[in-house]
Amino acid sequence: MLSYLMGRLVQAIPVLIIASIAVFMVLRLVPGDPAASLAGEEATPERVAEIRELLGLNDSLPVQYVRWVTDALQGDLGTSFKTGQAVTKQMRHALPPTVELALVAYPLALLIGIPLGVAAGIRPRGWFDWGLSGYTLVTLGIPNFLLGILLIWLFSVSLGWLPAAGRVPLMEDPATALKQLILPSLALGSGLAAGLARYTRTSIQETMGQDFIRTARAKGLREYTVVVRHGLRASMIAVITIIALQVGQVLAGAVVIEQVFTRPGVGRLIIDSIHFRDYPVVQGTLLVLVFVFVLVNLAADVAYGLLDPRIRRA
Amino acid sequence: MSAHAVTNLSRRERWRTRVSESLFLTILDRLFRNSQGVVGLLGLGILVVLTVGAGVITWHEPNAQDAASRFLSPSLEHPFGTDHLRRDLFARTLFGLRTSLGVALLAVTGGATVGICVGFVTGYAGRWADALAMRVIDAMLAFPNLLSALAVITILGPSARNVAIAIAIYNIPVFARLSRAQMLSEKHRDYVQASRSIGAGPVRLIFRHIAMNAMPPLLTQVALSMAVAVILEASLSFLGLGQQPPAPSLGTLISGSRSYLREAWWLAVFPGAFLALLLLSLNLLADAVNEAMSPWVRRKA
Repeated sequence: MLSYLMGRLVQAIPVLIIASIAVFMVLRLVPGDPAASLAGEEATPERVAEIRELLGLNDSLPVQYVRWVTDALQGDLGTSFKTGQAVTKQMRHALPPTVELALVAYPLALLIGIPLGVAAGIRPRGWFDWGLSGYTLVTLGIPNFLLGILLIWLFSVSLGWLPAAGRVPLMEDPATALKQLILPSLALGSGLAAGLARYTRTSIQETMGQDFIRTARAKGLREYTVVVRHGLRASMIAVITIIALQVGQVLAGAVVIEQVFTRPGVGRLIIDSIHFRDYPVVQGTLLVLVFVFVLVNLAADVAYGLLDPRIRRA
Repeated sequence: MSAHAVTNLSRRERWRTRVSESLFLTILDRLFRNSQGVVGLLGLGILVVLTVGAGVITWHEPNAQDAASRFLSPSLEHPFGTDHLRRDLFARTLFGLRTSLGVALLAVTGGATVGICVGFVTGYAGRWADALAMRVIDAMLAFPNLLSALAVITILGPSARNVAIAIAIYNIPVFARLSRAQMLSEKHRDYVQASRSIGAGPVRLIFRHIAMNAMPPLLTQVALSMAVAVILEASLSFLGLGQQPPAPSLGTLISGSRSYLREAWWLAVFPGAFLALLLLSLNLLADAVNEAMSPWVRRKA
């Protein structure tokens, strides 16, 4: 197990390095001089040169990259051009709304998607299977932001049941905060639930046709035990793969959904920073999101090893 | 069966022979025999006709602020109503669809071409070129699609053209990885050895012999990537990073509707319905292409 673990870790390192180089290059590839845009329109050339020196832009690219990564690893992602605040400080403010959204939306998707997939998979062409086909078709046609708009139209504008926008911290006013989370979570979670259900269905259907399921039934086990303890466990590998991949969709989806429901999260921070050309913030935020995604996939690899002895010995 | 043997067959039988000998005709034939494929092709066909013929179908300019009033509900004069700037929503939707389809088509064509070339060449060459390319591809795939597009838009600035470039760049590693895998499974086959032994060079081997056999899964991916590209374009436009006003795109139209949901439901519903129809058609088509290809895929496995 340890050597399997080390192997996955070693494979993740070049990915992280190249991805961080790509993010680092964002700031170097933008047209114009970052120092000049930071100094402002009417800055003297001396002032611009001073800022260049301060930012270390006169050093060679590899030197700049190493310094940037070393700083980032120590929790320093640079300073915002717009506000002059540390990027990490802005991210600390922006993270809670996003984390709340992800932590409500994705478990919701898991709770709907996996049972629906199992129900559809053990009875192909049954009620649940047809239901899943219809549900899948609807979610394939309606992307998350469109669903968000339609939900606002129905539940906020027409019926007036739920707020269309805003965010109060969960800890301060849980009732209002949850009300504000319902629509965004539905908008973000529905498509993910359909994807999960589809994969779970395929995987369960394959598993249920195998010999060990027949054996489990022949032993006289209850159907519930056969499906959950034998079928679902063997299908978990496929399900965990899709969960790890979907974390990327949760991150990307949150960016869009926060814009629909005007939640002041990481997504809004990125989009606003792109519009304001506040490159250090874009860079820092992207770096954090990509690292989270890579680490989640690493965790999924580890989970395979834990679930299936054949993988960790291979 | 050689061409001479079929001369006594009826025209219909000759046609069937021809179809069975051509990969593309067979796929088309199977698409038309598949109900999902027919619905997908029909839906996509209607949308393409509507958007290509937009200038003839609608008598309004998409950006002209010439309606009698703002927020007119749907009528004969304005089938989809008008928006807050007295513009005709039907014209804007048709031209918006043009942006969405055009960007997606350009992005997938560009990304697939570059990605397939990279995948074939590095997969064929092997050794350090392959190892290096795989590391870069893995790293590019570490960016969820929207985030990768955001990074490119940050560098290039918001516009429809740059969205196409961003989506193309996202598609490069997707196609490179798939075509590399195809190359690895093909390059040691007998027919490749045979062509090499009669003196075919690497370029001829890759693009004339192997590419033809490696095509089916790549075509399925093209269909899937089109649907993803349409969603990405719409999302980026929705975020204000794509097509810039006043020119329309389905994403900007939907995003613009958000402030007026109380006054004008049609602003969200009609562009949304077009986007949904486009995505459904593409997804049904992707499914049907995948099914039409599966005998080839199975034969390889």
